Formats: sequence, structure tokens, C-alpha cells
Amino acid sequence: MVIDWVLVLEWVVKSILLVFILLTGFAYTTFYERKLAALIQLRIGPNRAGPGGWLQPAADGVKLIFKEEFTPAEAYKFVFVLAPIITVVPAIVIMAVVPWGDMVNLFGRMVPLYLADINVAVLYILSVASVSVYGIVLAGWASNNKYAMLGGLRSSAQMLSYELALGLAFIGPILIAGSMSLMDIVEAQRNVWFIVYQPLGAIIFYIAMLAEVNRAPFDMPEAEQELTAGYHTEYSGMKFSLFFMGEYIKMAAVSGIFASLFLGGFRGPFVDQLPGLGPLYFFLKIVASLGVMIWIRATMPRLRYDRLMAFGWKVLLPLALLNVLVTAVVIVALGL
Amino acid sequence: MTISQLEITHDELKHLVSERAQTGETLLLNMGPQHPSTHGVLRLLLELDGEIVVNCIPDIGFLHTGIEKNMEAKTYEKAEVMTDRLDYLNTMGNNLAYCLAVEKLVDLDVPERAQAIRVIFAELQRIASHLVWLGTHALDLAAMSMFFYCLNQRERILDIMEMCAGQRMMTTYFRPGGLWRDVPAEFVPAVRAFIDSFPAEVDLYEGLLDKNPIFLDRTKGIGIYTAEEGIAWGITGPSLRGSGIAYDLRKEEPYSGYEQYDFEVCTEDAGDVYARYRVRMREFRESLKIVRQALDKLPGGAVRSNNRKFVPPPRAELGESMEAVIHHFKLWTEGFPAPKNSIYMPVESPRGELGVLLEGDGGPKPYRCHWRTPSFVNLQILPKISKGCYVADLVAIIGSIDIVLGDTDR
Repeated sequence: MVIDWVLVLEWVVKSILLVFILLTGFAYTTFYERKLAALIQLRIGPNRAGPGGWLQPAADGVKLIFKEEFTPAEAYKFVFVLAPIITVVPAIVIMAVVPWGDMVNLFGRMVPLYLADINVAVLYILSVASVSVYGIVLAGWASNNKYAMLGGLRSSAQMLSYELALGLAFIGPILIAGSMSLMDIVEAQRNVWFIVYQPLGAIIFYIAMLAEVNRAPFDMPEAEQELTAGYHTEYSGMKFSLFFMGEYIKMAAVSGIFASLFLGGFRGPFVDQLPGLGPLYFFLKIVASLGVMIWIRATMPRLRYDRLMAFGWKVLLPLALLNVLVTAVVIVALGL
Repeated sequence: MTISQLEITHDELKHLVSERAQTGETLLLNMGPQHPSTHGVLRLLLELDGEIVVNCIPDIGFLHTGIEKNMEAKTYEKAEVMTDRLDYLNTMGNNLAYCLAVEKLVDLDVPERAQAIRVIFAELQRIASHLVWLGTHALDLAAMSMFFYCLNQRERILDIMEMCAGQRMMTTYFRPGGLWRDVPAEFVPAVRAFIDSFPAEVDLYEGLLDKNPIFLDRTKGIGIYTAEEGIAWGITGPSLRGSGIAYDLRKEEPYSGYEQYDFEVCTEDAGDVYARYRVRMREFRESLKIVRQALDKLPGGAVRSNNRKFVPPPRAELGESMEAVIHHFKLWTEGFPAPKNSIYMPVESPRGELGVLLEGDGGPKPYRCHWRTPSFVNLQILPKISKGCYVADLVAIIGSIDIVLGDTDR
């Protein structure tokens, strides 16, 4: 591939588009959550701002921008400001390696609908995703607040318990596709989704992924009923909304990864004929995955954090190992 | 942070926390009075080792209203409006306890119909109170939706109260000698509609929680006290029945005609958070049973005593009878006198034994009015059962003993 100015322009446009979609998508993920949770809880949900409440996220954004940015007197100011950035940036850049479509012909030029198809995409995802935990730990520590500190402690304990299982759940699709590139993994699901071959792997991945994004029932770091607001107790205004943004963008990002690994990514009927359908299928799969996350949050009580550690080490990890072992043995036995 | 930086001085605290808190080895955490899970304004000073509670020191008084003292400055009838404000989830129950106490003090009769309606409302109030308990208890464990399901149903009970008393919560519907006025014609169908549809709701709640592994994990084996400990600490109500003691004042010392109704006193043996949850869930059905029986044999007749020395005459009599005008004037200006006597009237509130100590001095105002409130007494065991548990369990335990701070602080 020759790098010319058009290619650079293409990357810039795609990056800006992706960031734009993620940032507005984040706002509408909160709206989606509030509406869907309201439906489950026999409420109406936000319906005042704009027709059907569709401007609610904008209203929320405006409110948060104009809120006072409060920094506690004895907080470690530099880290206090840095922590939300550390949380939100990995959530955004993680989407760079997730393909959301195939090649499309735009203005006589073949444009791939993904930012980067790197051959170690899975490793990239794992490493980048774990960085955002530091944001939470640092926020808890820098706030000089005991609740925040407990939230940060819980977050680190939580990370220790699910990361291994999450990593092992990646291995099944990698073994079957024979590649670490998400594009190759999606291509390998042209006929059958990997959730059919890897049901256990998919369940483990989904559970670990809920823990990764601190969603109920694993939302211990911010457990409102126990730690008031956990690690972001002392945050207000846009710094708070960065954490919020980090959580919701990451929800969408891990849903995208889940869709790519187990649900065939952008693959679906007629994608080969009409490549423009790819992003639509991908979007629908993300929406479905987000819907399940919201549904779980509306129904499940929260686990105790020592139980999560026990669950991670004693249930998820052995099952994930077993899954890898069985997958590997079957692949070798069938000579795939 | 060391102890000296907290608002309480070092010396006041020293005997309550362990030695380790003074070196900073354990963490002192101030939980409340503004905290989502302390059910109002309870303040807990926690000594934490990691997330394990070493010591838990409840600090009450943030909702102190001085109601007991204020009641001494009002006549017997006018003091009643304050009772609504004590345990704001059991307003009708408080009215009932107070009215029964006044009736016992001055020896006033209550018509049969009024007694039956009182029972219906007391049991509906118990259901409403348990609904708030269930909603908030589940919410404390982060099962959000339960809160909305429960409050939706509670709304139906509040609507029935509004229909009869004109108020949703602060009803003051029971009056010494009976009721403020008779129930409207829509009352019986509305209550019937509620008791017919509510069992399905209870099934729904049980379906969501009873077999939920996370809920079981969070509630079983947590916050255990034995029956002996429960009695020793003076615990009453569902919190004691969860430890296996079938003590219910509706059976032990029936009042307001409870002896006529057939119902079971629900007990569980485990004494943990889950057992207390089960007891209250079963009480939903028992309360419905009582309401149904009371509705079925709802007698007719007057709803307020005819004893004009204590009960003001109806408006219609004022234009015809000189006697009525005198009674009306005397009762609304001076109030009725009560004999020099001291009585104690306990009733079974949704939280336990709610007792009123009323002392008359021959005048129209109580010399002393003291409330023995279940929230206050039941709360005392919290430090004992929360030792060694996690912060997350503490929240579950507070929810399971079902305190209302308005009831605790008075």
C-alpha cells in the first residue's frame, strides 16, 4: 500500500468519524439505558427534553459542562485531573482495531471500513483495556476520600479476578480463526458464528466483560449503596462525565469486540453484495449486547467483592482453561 | 485520618474503637448521616480493616423532632396529628397505638365497625410498610427494579388511604373512640381489587429474589443472631420472628378485635438476613388473609363512639341541641380530661412492638407520653451482628432490621 496524501486524509476522516460516533453514541447509550431500564421498571423514563426525550443527553451534557469543577482541598491535583483522562482515552482508542465493515467503493477508491487491521489486535485490546483500570485506581487514591479509596481498592481486586478469564476467553476464537487479527476472526465467521463453536467461551467473555466495564452485577468500585459513589465520589462537572463517558464508551467498545469475536462482527446476509450493510449489522449487534447489559443491571443484585474474586478464580478461570484445552484438542484432532 | 480529626473528640471514642484505630492501622469511616443506604439519617462510625467491619458505632439523633415532649403541650385529641410523624411508614399504625392508649386511659368504647376498619387499615399499612422495606432492602443490594415494583403497589394502598382520609400518608384517620368518618362506598371494592391482585405481585417478588443466587449469597448466613440474643436485646417483630420466636402482639395481647381473625405468626429459624426477608414476605400473605376476613364480616353501624364526653357531636346536632353545642365547645377548646393514671398500650407495628406509655394527671393534656419504638430497640443489636462482616453486608443487615429513623429518634 502506497502512503499518499489521500490515504492520510482517509485515516484522519475515519478517526474523526469514529471519535464523533463514539462520543455521541455514548450520550445515546445513556439515553438507551434510561429508556430500557424504565421499560423494565414500569416507569416512563426521560421524556421532557425534546420529542420523546430525545434531547435529554444534550441537556445532560450542557448541565455537566456548566457544573462547578470541584477539587477537594487535599487531593493530589495532577493525578486527580489525570485519572479521568486515563479512563476515557483507552475506551476510545480500543475501537481502532475493531472492524465495522468490509471494503467499500467511495469516489472510485476502495476504502476499508476499519482504522487498523493489525495482526496483534487481540493483544492490543487486552493491553489497552486494562489501562483504564488505572484511571479508577488513581482516581480513588488521588481524591483523598475514604469512599473513593475503597472504590479504587475494589477496582484493583476486581481486575485481578477477571483479567485472566477474559484473556483466556479470547483464545478460543483465535485458535479457530488461526489469527489474532479481528478482521481475520470476523472473516472466519463468514458461515458460522463462533458463539456456536464457543458457547462457554462466549459466556465467560461476556461475564468478564461486564466486570471489565464495571457494570452490574460487578459494579463494586462505584457501588452506590455501599460506597456512595465509589471512586468518583469527589468528581463533579466534566471530570465526572469523563468517567461516565469512559464507562459507556467502553460498554459499546467491548460489545463491539464481543460481536466481532463471537457474533460474526459486521457479517450478515448480503454483506458481500452490499458492503454498506456491514456497519448496520455491526451496530445492531452492539445495540443488542448493550441491551442485555442494561437488562442485567435492571434485574441483578450486586455481588460482594470477595465473592467476585472467588468467582473469578474458582469458577471462571478453570472453566476458561478447560474451554481452551477442549478447543485446542478438538482442533488438533480434526486437523483443522 | 486519625481520630482527632473527626468531629467527636478522641476521649469520647477511645472505648468504642479498637487500639489499632489509634495508630491508623484500621480506617475510621463515617457512614452517614447522608448516605444512600442508612435509611434516613442514621450515622454509623465504622472501623474498617480493609473492607471488614471491626467496629460499628451507630449515632442517632439526626432526626430528633421532640414529638414526645410536644405532645404534652397538646390536648389528647390534638396531639394525635403528631403521631403520624413518628414512623412515617406506619402512620395508621401509630394512630392506632395512640388511640388505643387514649381509649384505655379514659375507658372509651369503640364500635365494632370502627374496629374492623382499623384492622383493615393497620394490615394495609403493614403491607405498605413491608413494600417500602422490600424495595429499599433490594435496592441496597442493587436489585433496582424491585424498588419500582414495590412502590407501584404501595401507591395503590396510599390511594385507598387518600380515598378515606383525604391524605396519603399523614392520615390521622383513627380518632379516640373510632374513626374520623365512615369509609366511602368505593372503599370495599378498592380494597378487594387490591387484595385480589396483590398475591400475584408477591409471587413476582419471590420469583425475582428467592432463588436468585446472588441474592441468596448476599443474605444467607449474614447478620445472624439467635433467639436468646434477640430476646436479650429486646428485639421484637419480624426481626425476632426471623430467629424462630413466634411472638406477635396481635396473638399475645389481641387488640382491636384481632382475636377474631385467623392468621399464622410466621417464623423462620435461621436468624440471618434471609430468614428475616422470608418472614416479611410471608407476612404479606398473612396480612392479606386478615384484610379479607375483616372485609367479609365488616359490620355496619356507627364508626365512632357515642360518648359525648370524649367524642365531639356531629355537625347536624349542633343546630338542634344545646347539649351538643356545649360538648362541642368544651371538647374543641379545653379537650377532655383524663384520670390520673398511667397506662401502657403495645401494638404490633410492621417493625415490632410499638408501645405507648400515656400518663394522665386529671387535666386535658397528657402529663407524659412516651413511645417504645421498635426501630430504636432493634437498632441496638447492629454493632453486635455487624462485627466481622463486609461493608456490603452491613448494608444488607441495616436493611434487614428495617429501621425508620423517624421512629428511632422521635
